[in-house]
Amino acid sequence: MVQKLNFLKESPSQTAGPYVHIGTNPNWVEITGVWKEDLGLVLVGPETKGERIIVKGRIFDGAGDVLRDALVEIWQADAEGLYNSPEETRGKADPNFVGWGRQPCDGTTGEYRFETIKPGRVPFRDGRMMAPHITVWIVARGINIGLHTRMYFSDEEAANAECPVLAQIARKSRIPTLIATRGEENGLPTYTFDIHLQGEKETVFFDI
Amino acid sequence: MSDNGQYFQRDRTWHPPAFTPSYKTSVLRSPQQPLISLENTLSEMTGPVFGHSKIGPLDNDLIRNYAKTGEAIGQRIVVYGRVLDENDRPVPGALVEFWQANAGGRYRHKKETYLAAIDPNFGGCGRMITDVEGRYWFRTIKPGAYPWPNGVNDWRPAHIHFSVFGHAFAQRLITQMYFEGDPMIWQDPIAMTVPDKAAVEQLIAALDRQNTLPMDSLAYKFDIVLRGRRSTMFENRMEGN
Repeated sequence: MVQKLNFLKESPSQTAGPYVHIGTNPNWVEITGVWKEDLGLVLVGPETKGERIIVKGRIFDGAGDVLRDALVEIWQADAEGLYNSPEETRGKADPNFVGWGRQPCDGTTGEYRFETIKPGRVPFRDGRMMAPHITVWIVARGINIGLHTRMYFSDEEAANAECPVLAQIARKSRIPTLIATRGEENGLPTYTFDIHLQGEKETVFFDI
Repeated sequence: MSDNGQYFQRDRTWHPPAFTPSYKTSVLRSPQQPLISLENTLSEMTGPVFGHSKIGPLDNDLIRNYAKTGEAIGQRIVVYGRVLDENDRPVPGALVEFWQANAGGRYRHKKETYLAAIDPNFGGCGRMITDVEGRYWFRTIKPGAYPWPNGVNDWRPAHIHFSVFGHAFAQRLITQMYFEGDPMIWQDPIAMTVPDKAAVEQLIAALDRQNTLPMDSLAYKFDIVLRGRRSTMFENRMEGN
């Protein structure tokens, strides 16, 4: 016998199921009056610093069908590349930007949509700068454990080319699955980030 | 960099794999390429703070938080526990959200078609932020089992869904809680996506007769474990290594 390490095991994940919104977005599924507003819907206010952008996209299954019951969460740095988190020790993040968002995919079109700001760059572990990115987490019926990915920006070619995280993806042909395409909508820049769970265009997912 | 180290590698053998054909919806929704392993950066090790001010007094009382004409119908229970990390330390300030079917096994959701009756006084959602010792608790009714379209005659055991947000995006977790002694757990295609019997048992809340409220509610204890992290002394490697 040897000494015991006494670590606990992480609770095993289970699917969020088809009715995840009852718990995360009750007002959105017409369970009103329990709490005033669902968490994570609004990221920016009038005081938030940075370039206003729309991040949107759809999630596709292996048959090419759109998921209409998924939930998407995002987490990102502020315009200066600082996280609004107690773990952030490099400086004080914009107090008017929490950096966390949560949106259900639309029940008809399957589109998810966030109004946010473009994040600044954050250093990798060794101090090199990563390209601007938004971390993304997806849960849904049929997804047994939440999927982590990252969204990068199509107009950040130079930064993307030197990002140490993108550089870890051995099959370079898969990198474009992480890069959202810039467009425009009512004068606001949009970034479209479609996510493919399977198939030739399968999005890169991370074990973080 | 932060004072604390990276999160322990997730033990993927303890979690359900993505592809579990007996749970049919997973077949087309499971990534087939290997996940890209990524040592935690600040993007994974940080997370938002959820203020206690966001939470209302009835948010953890599902018997009353949607009451219209009276209280929710069903077996009254209290569910309580702690959110811990793999180092067996409490996780204070974690956002814990829970949702469930009513006593008849019916969810309040526009896409739900099961014939069991809706309870006009039951919404089915609640939330709490863990206290300094990582504790949460809520009052509800025991949800019913219900049939679902998977196999011709598959049933979900009674369960409560949990979403837990600890201190970092890397800790994000959604899971489900089952009830001690329920034989249907072992026939459930979703519980059975978890490969290890001991891991399934980690999701089964224990009936706690000691904390059961006399003439009122049964109590169930359900601890939730999030990923732990290394302490800084293991992280002091030189830049560039």
